[in-house]
Amino acid sequence: MSNPSNLKYTASHEWVKSEADGTISIGITQHAQELLGDMVFVETPAVGRKLKAKEEVAVVESVKAAADVYAPVSGEVTAVNSELDSAPEAINADPYAAWMFRMKPDNAADVATLMDAAAYQAVVENEAH
Amino acid sequence: MTLKQTPLNAVHRAMGAKMVDFGGWDMPVNYGSQIDEHHQVRNDCGMFDVCHMRVVDAKGEGVRAFLRYLLANNADKLTLPGKALYSAMLRPGGGVIDDLIIYFMSEQWFRIVVNAGTADKDIVWMKQQAAEFKPTPTLPYQGGSEGANSPPLTRGGREGLLTITSRDDLAMVAVQGPNARAKVWQVLPQTRAATEGLQNFQAADCGEYFVARTGYTGEDGFEVMLPKEKVEEFWYALNKAGVPPIGLGARDTLRLEAGMNLYGQDMDESINPLEAGMAWTVDIKSERDFIGKAALLANPPSKKLVGLLLLDRGVLRGHQKVRTAHGEGEITSGSFSPTLNQSIALARVPKEVQIGDQVQVAIRDKMLAAKVVKYPFARNGKGLI
Repeated sequence: MSNPSNLKYTASHEWVKSEADGTISIGITQHAQELLGDMVFVETPAVGRKLKAKEEVAVVESVKAAADVYAPVSGEVTAVNSELDSAPEAINADPYAAWMFRMKPDNAADVATLMDAAAYQAVVENEAH
Repeated sequence: MTLKQTPLNAVHRAMGAKMVDFGGWDMPVNYGSQIDEHHQVRNDCGMFDVCHMRVVDAKGEGVRAFLRYLLANNADKLTLPGKALYSAMLRPGGGVIDDLIIYFMSEQWFRIVVNAGTADKDIVWMKQQAAEFKPTPTLPYQGGSEGANSPPLTRGGREGLLTITSRDDLAMVAVQGPNARAKVWQVLPQTRAATEGLQNFQAADCGEYFVARTGYTGEDGFEVMLPKEKVEEFWYALNKAGVPPIGLGARDTLRLEAGMNLYGQDMDESINPLEAGMAWTVDIKSERDFIGKAALLANPPSKKLVGLLLLDRGVLRGHQKVRTAHGEGEITSGSFSPTLNQSIALARVPKEVQIGDQVQVAIRDKMLAAKVVKYPFARNGKGLI
């Protein structure tokens, strides 16, 4: 599965999608779900929580391990995907559809500074070596 | 450091395994979904590369007397040839050097299977103890005809005849699950007659194939030891017969559900076996002396190993702190149980803690509720909680 070109990415393996209403959706990448394996638990943040960029905001746990999810930019949590509570395996099935939470960025321009798909792919390939 | 490889390393890669460093060995953690592999073993069968584990043969005169002294469980429980016994091997201070299975094949031959990560130190220890071992004439073996007829052991009489051999020429594959034995017979029909009558924890030496009805999953099945050169052929033949490969990830959740200890996690050289759920394997009441016995008698356990079932949402993991009404404890092994669809753990807690107690587990910044339960959590295809 390739990384969709309409998304932005972080070095900590989150994907970021700009929504029409000015918020962003955040999930974890194909590479991240592949590393972690079968997901069994997702801990999402409280709506309204204020976040700084790179702050730990959510946790995904596979059978194998727990991993933190980080805020890609500063902002406020506006929604969480509660469907993942009962179906964390949706992240394995389609990581780019399984958004975990939405944020309203403090500064919309911050999102543009994140990596594009090609830059992220280079990060992933670098990790493999 | 270069990772060690089993003879099946390239085969795993060809089968799409994700490989990980497991105690210095390059091993398959899964071939896709760990949870699917787990259910596959509980419901049908699967095969595991366990070539990293070490087969050790103890042979010669006095081998039973030696093992009676070397191990915490009593080799005299083995009266019928082929019978296997699970035991701990202890330091004089009582700490667990390793847990292992011994198979009694004859008064001249006991086969021992030890863990991968501990194999080298185990063999050094066994050889050292064998060299120093002086059979005690006051405790001759009385359990079976072969033993009773063997010549009496006299102090200093027969040491040196006892040999400890690491069988690096052997590979091992575990085939586990309700249909596992039938699949092995399909692939190795020549072993069927000798292995059909094996009870649980019994083995048969079928020439090139040593077939044991043992395992680490809580399911029926065989562990097959065979010449290294034959293992790839055996593996592919099983696969062709419909047995999929299973990675170490599922092996861990299977053994945890089955309530089986993992060396290095649930116990090690700093842990008293009586605080690691191993009291059932430590034969402390017989008159027999064994290495570590005096230390165990002098240090009665203050803790015990219990099962935990997480009541809140989350996943229990090793090293998480457990708060009980009787003091603090710690999770030694924790994961998600695919059979129960809930998180489970083994935890070492104060011995006053009782089954049914509610405890709290510190997970990140939260205290989550868990219940103390009797383990195993699942065996033979079924959840037991």
